[in-house]
Amino acid sequence: MFDTLLQNLINAMQWGSFYSLIALGYTLVYGVLLLINFAHGDIVMVGSYIAFFVATLFLGHYDLFPVALPGPLVLALTVPLTMILTALVGVTLERIAYRPLRRKGAHRLYVVITALMCGLILENGNLALLGASRKKFPELVDKVIYTAGGVSVTNLKIAVILTAVLVFVGLHLIVTKTRMGMAMRAISYDKFAVPLMGIPIDTVIVFTFVLGSSMAGLAGILFALSYPILDPYMGLSIGWKAFIAAVVGGIGDIRGAFAGGFILGFVEIMVVAFFPSTYRDLFAFTILLIILTLRPTGLFGVPKTTKV
Amino acid sequence: MPTTRIPPRQRLTLPLLLAALLAGIMALAYFEVIDLYIQTIILFIGINIIISSSLNLVNGHMGEFSCGHAGFVAVGAYVSSVITVALFTSDRVFGPPLLPPQLAPLGFPLALLAGGAAAAVAGLLVALPSFRTRGDYLAIITIAANYIIITTVINIDTIGGARGFMGMKRVIFAMEEVAEIPWMVLWVFTFTILSLIAIRRFVSSTYGKGIIAIQQDEVAAEMMGVNTNRIKLVAFMLSSGLAGIAGGLYAHVIGYVNPKSFDILKSTEAMVMVYLGGMGSISGAVLSAILFTLLLEALRPLQIIKWIVIPLLLIILMQFRPEGIMGNRELTDIFPRLKKLHRFK
Amino acid sequence: MKMRTLATFLILAVVLTTVPAAAKDNTIRIGFNIPLTGEIPKVGEASKFAAEMLKREINGAGGLQVGDQRYPLEFIYEDNESKAESAVAVAQKLIDRNKVLAIIGPNSSKQAVPAGEICDINETPMISPWSTNPDTTRDRPWVFRAAFLDPFQGPVAVDFAMAQFGAKTAAVLYALANDYSKGLAEIFRDDFETKNGSGTVLAFESYGDKDQDFSAQLTRIIAAKPDFIFLPNNYNEVALAVKQAHDLGWKGPFMGSDAWGSAELMNLCGDDCKGHYFSTHYAAAGATGATREFIDRYRKTYGYVPDDVAALTWDAVRLVLAAIQNHGSLTGKVRNDRTAIRDALAGIPEFDGVTGKMRFNDQGDPIKCAVVVRISDTGEFVFTKSVCP
Repeated sequence: MFDTLLQNLINAMQWGSFYSLIALGYTLVYGVLLLINFAHGDIVMVGSYIAFFVATLFLGHYDLFPVALPGPLVLALTVPLTMILTALVGVTLERIAYRPLRRKGAHRLYVVITALMCGLILENGNLALLGASRKKFPELVDKVIYTAGGVSVTNLKIAVILTAVLVFVGLHLIVTKTRMGMAMRAISYDKFAVPLMGIPIDTVIVFTFVLGSSMAGLAGILFALSYPILDPYMGLSIGWKAFIAAVVGGIGDIRGAFAGGFILGFVEIMVVAFFPSTYRDLFAFTILLIILTLRPTGLFGVPKTTKV
Repeated sequence: MPTTRIPPRQRLTLPLLLAALLAGIMALAYFEVIDLYIQTIILFIGINIIISSSLNLVNGHMGEFSCGHAGFVAVGAYVSSVITVALFTSDRVFGPPLLPPQLAPLGFPLALLAGGAAAAVAGLLVALPSFRTRGDYLAIITIAANYIIITTVINIDTIGGARGFMGMKRVIFAMEEVAEIPWMVLWVFTFTILSLIAIRRFVSSTYGKGIIAIQQDEVAAEMMGVNTNRIKLVAFMLSSGLAGIAGGLYAHVIGYVNPKSFDILKSTEAMVMVYLGGMGSISGAVLSAILFTLLLEALRPLQIIKWIVIPLLLIILMQFRPEGIMGNRELTDIFPRLKKLHRFK
Repeated sequence: MKMRTLATFLILAVVLTTVPAAAKDNTIRIGFNIPLTGEIPKVGEASKFAAEMLKREINGAGGLQVGDQRYPLEFIYEDNESKAESAVAVAQKLIDRNKVLAIIGPNSSKQAVPAGEICDINETPMISPWSTNPDTTRDRPWVFRAAFLDPFQGPVAVDFAMAQFGAKTAAVLYALANDYSKGLAEIFRDDFETKNGSGTVLAFESYGDKDQDFSAQLTRIIAAKPDFIFLPNNYNEVALAVKQAHDLGWKGPFMGSDAWGSAELMNLCGDDCKGHYFSTHYAAAGATGATREFIDRYRKTYGYVPDDVAALTWDAVRLVLAAIQNHGSLTGKVRNDRTAIRDALAGIPEFDGVTGKMRFNDQGDPIKCAVVVRISDTGEFVFTKSVCP
């Protein structure tokens, strides 16, 4: 019994890490722009696919690069390249779809709908381009299973959890300690006063998208390593749920996204561990409803004071 | 209502026009001038009009961001289907008909309303938290509500669970036993018009002005003496109730319901229709529902490319009209002459 | 003004596509109601590929020989987006607009059940290659299917596992929102408990739509220590579940169902799936005759071994063509021809397809054998046992 509980705790840590990583991307963009970037789950999918092509390229699967590099080196190359390329995708979306709308002063929900549409294009564009066959992500590092008593952990799971924590700490430092972070917080505090202070608002927004999308790219790599089957719709469900996690934590707050991701992971895993698994979504979302009813602005969200 | 000042011609033109349209479509369908494919599309258009205009009430007029509308459609679809199938047909689960099948044409609208009422009650799932929660937090509650409703349906095996529930075509057959007319065209048309009238009257009533007040500024509305909680409750329940009616119609048009048909993707379709039409414009919601349904159907030959072309079209459209097709205006604002046709009060 | 151009364009597009296509004479038109987008695009693609291959073969030979005349084939593929309402609209469109003689598909039951209703009411023969829900064909004389049903397949898996693994206990992991998976899981559980006593299915766990992490469910299953795990799931989820079970320390056997039967399984699952068994429609490795030929040609054309959907679609189309040939003539009047095809389909004495010999019972369900295959160390599906009803 104790073994099972411990095992499930580890399962929840790993699963929660993914929600956290993706929720962090949501919350960064939201914090600055008040934009729910519904394409974010699909950007994670794009990240996984980019990682797949980069990794297979360096493994010598194409004529372009005929030498097969060793797995760990490939991983070391894949991570930065994927993050850069995914960031490019995110920034491109911002430039061609979101920014013109923002300039026209459209209601923010129209930008949200545009994001939804961009997500659809990414999914189905992928389907049209690469066909319906799923891709198998290559195993870049040898999997090691550590077993103690009835509890099993793989090196990959530990790496995922560590990465999530590191990313959180890193983002937190960027947002609280750097000048760029200060500018980001300033924009989210007052969008109209900030340009008057001489802060280049577009640069800050692009930086936010770079940060958020590269995190999505990182999440994509880790996701592809842990669940090595890629299909165009893989980011859909986890994207929605990570958004839920971000809001439950208090959207716009980095600590909130981090905590929210782990809470959703824990709730989902523990419901399955202790109740009939057919009721998972029912129990999990009821718990979230209760959390939101008790704390209407999420765990870390600050209630907005409205002046009349 | 100051009806005395309106000449009878104005009061009656719109109802007469609508009646003529209904009679026309029914006749065309009856004499098989338009085939069943066109009829099916007309029916889908009607259902989508109800779905988009009812979501528009919450997302447009009230300015909330509900992303779980399909959950309420599901409640209405299941409740009304179970009622009609149990009452008017012999079914494997529910046994022989509880009422004589000849009563089906009378019972069907009542079952639809019952489905709508059940969906309205399910709307409480969202309406009650909305007293304290706003904006994107409320959006999450609506998504959660959608997931909760779907999972509940999947776990009820008497209504088929994941296998879905069927038998609604037998209800249509029972109605056709009574009179050989295209019943679903009649019902979808009638309930679409009734829903639009209900929304229109609600929004333009003194009471319903409170909704727009909430959209503009909730705190100010509260201070001006608007009972915001009560109005939110009514708006959410009306919106989800109408969605439930749309669900009942959907179930009987398709003849089969499956919980997966009402997942979050269906909800996003409803959202797209609302924002495409324009927030808070009833005629916009109607136009966008028609356009969206036709577009989905017309571009079907493109196969996979269709789902790249449609989002692209919508993105481009939003670049040109960042407030949707109609903005927050109505057709009567653009073509003032249309005002002569009707007057609601 | 741009709005007006756009609107004109849209209206034009709508009008153009809703105008009925001019019907060419002397062709056999068959409609395909398949999911090219949405949840299961791979299924739609496999169906389309198999059909295209068959069409090329027959049209290359000058058309289908019916009586003393040759008719070219025309296949119309419509995307049902994996949605129930689209499947209904597509079925209605194929029947009313394209005037097809028969419809192949939809594949998953969520679309096949409502589309079957439309075909039955409009008196158009329909064969669903893949749907396993009994409601698809029940009391519908115009609707047939090519796959065997869960009440047959479930006991096959139970008997095989009891004999092969000496299993006294079992555990099941299934997809809750997938009616195929859920139905088969329940039949398996009931049958296993009837044969081994109640409570012998130690864990009966489910997961949701598009889930990728099954660790909590598998932790529970492994803690219950069953003799084997039954996975009636689609191959992509199987690959994930098997890997995760191994990560959690599971070393016992798995038993699968026909949804494992895809060439992609080995690509996705790799070494983890080797040595396990599943029940399916046909064994690709060691196949002979027409089946071998079908597999080889499909692999040559599209670059991979066909999965069960491709094979079943191939058989479904050939069933329709065989029915037309058995009837011996076409009148050119759509209604009469549809009736003739339906009657000929129901009356097919024995059809020798790539997925085995079959004929239809009075509900339009096939009577055919199932095979159990073992995944060999080279990743091939090796014939182990055949079970006939």
